[in-house]
Amino acid sequence: MDVLMSDILTALIRIIVVFALALLTVAYLTYLERKVIGHMQVRMGPMRVGPHGLLQPIADGLKLFFKEDIVPTEGYRLTFYFAPILCLVCALILFAVIPFDAKFMISRLNIGLLYILSIASVGVMGIILAGWSSGSKYSLLGGLRSAAQIFSYEIFLGFSLMGPLMIAGSLDLVKIVEAQSVPFIVYQPVAFVIYLIAALGEINRVPFDLPEAESELVAGFHTEYSGMKFAYFFLAEYANMIIVSAIATIVFLAGWKGPILPGWMWFLIKMFIFIYFFIWVRATFPRYRYDQFMRIGWKIMLPLVLANIFVTGVVILFIGGY
Amino acid sequence: MREVYWPLILVAILAFGFGIGTIVISKLVGPKRPDPSKLSPYECGVEPVGDARKPFFIHYYMIALLFLVFDIEVIFLYPWALKFKEMGSFAFWEMAVFIVIFLGIFLYAYVKGVLEWE
Repeated sequence: MDVLMSDILTALIRIIVVFALALLTVAYLTYLERKVIGHMQVRMGPMRVGPHGLLQPIADGLKLFFKEDIVPTEGYRLTFYFAPILCLVCALILFAVIPFDAKFMISRLNIGLLYILSIASVGVMGIILAGWSSGSKYSLLGGLRSAAQIFSYEIFLGFSLMGPLMIAGSLDLVKIVEAQSVPFIVYQPVAFVIYLIAALGEINRVPFDLPEAESELVAGFHTEYSGMKFAYFFLAEYANMIIVSAIATIVFLAGWKGPILPGWMWFLIKMFIFIYFFIWVRATFPRYRYDQFMRIGWKIMLPLVLANIFVTGVVILFIGGY
Repeated sequence: MREVYWPLILVAILAFGFGIGTIVISKLVGPKRPDPSKLSPYECGVEPVGDARKPFFIHYYMIALLFLVFDIEVIFLYPWALKFKEMGSFAFWEMAVFIVIFLGIFLYAYVKGVLEWE
């Protein structure tokens, strides 16, 4: 091992910078979401704490931090604590392989995309554990729904990324971006749309927020959670939203590439377009019913995404030109 | 930048440290006023009825089985997708056969009604 002290220090600084920025962005994403949805519904959104409510996320965070730590009597203590931590950790360590620029990333892996997909699968375990260890009927149902949903949509997510992969010929996120002289959204429009829908299902957002469905399941798998543990689920959900947007940016919109502005700025602009899209969808669409949701996934999206891979293969093989 | 794996360990340690540390500190500074009705599971205000860990709908289990099958397919398809350009038509037809077999499984599940939610 020829790891130098200075290497470790550089890595440590990068990790802390990325984590701090990620957590700050996540906190302000809640503010952004409330503001954007507020204005879409002709309301003001948060206004009280600081100018235009700018300190609202900090106030929320402090409030949750100083709350009482409650474990229900029916709950299993160990897994009850472990579940939110697992969710948050899985969301945070995904940031390790995101290239914000040609140079700035914590760790460059030649299997970057596979790493992201596998860690995202582990994150589901946190939700199942939370639902099961709470000892509440709502939580159990919410956890199960969530598990079935994320399982299904993860498959479509994996399949939809395969078309761009066949063109790029690498799992390394940096190489995928470098392979895009034209953004892959031009070659793979079907995969792009399926990716967006699968991403909505994967991160449990409206119109696919069935595990949380406030009106039927009373917040689903985190019914029994409060204080900091509840905040972790929230942080993880919004962090996953950022990750999903970042992957869409990297795989379909050529990542940091763009004229005039520096790379990281392009990356952030493209990423926030996706984040804005997710918020916009929440303000626009009603929630799907569970059977409809499963039907769309398995009966329409799966054949469609397999056909997309097939067509991509045929085009590469017999026509070429990528 | 060359490929390095060890920062991932640092990332995991820091993430776990942050996760566990914040919960521990929050537990220390927060108030502690336990109360039997506060600690009972939430059931919209009425007294909780029975145990929460009941048998549940078999379909969740079926979906998990389907997930296993198709996730393996995804995992097998990834290396294929990477090397597709180099391997040409042989790889294409071989994978076509593989996908047809999986479509068979999918159709079987379809006909058996695994994908129906009633």
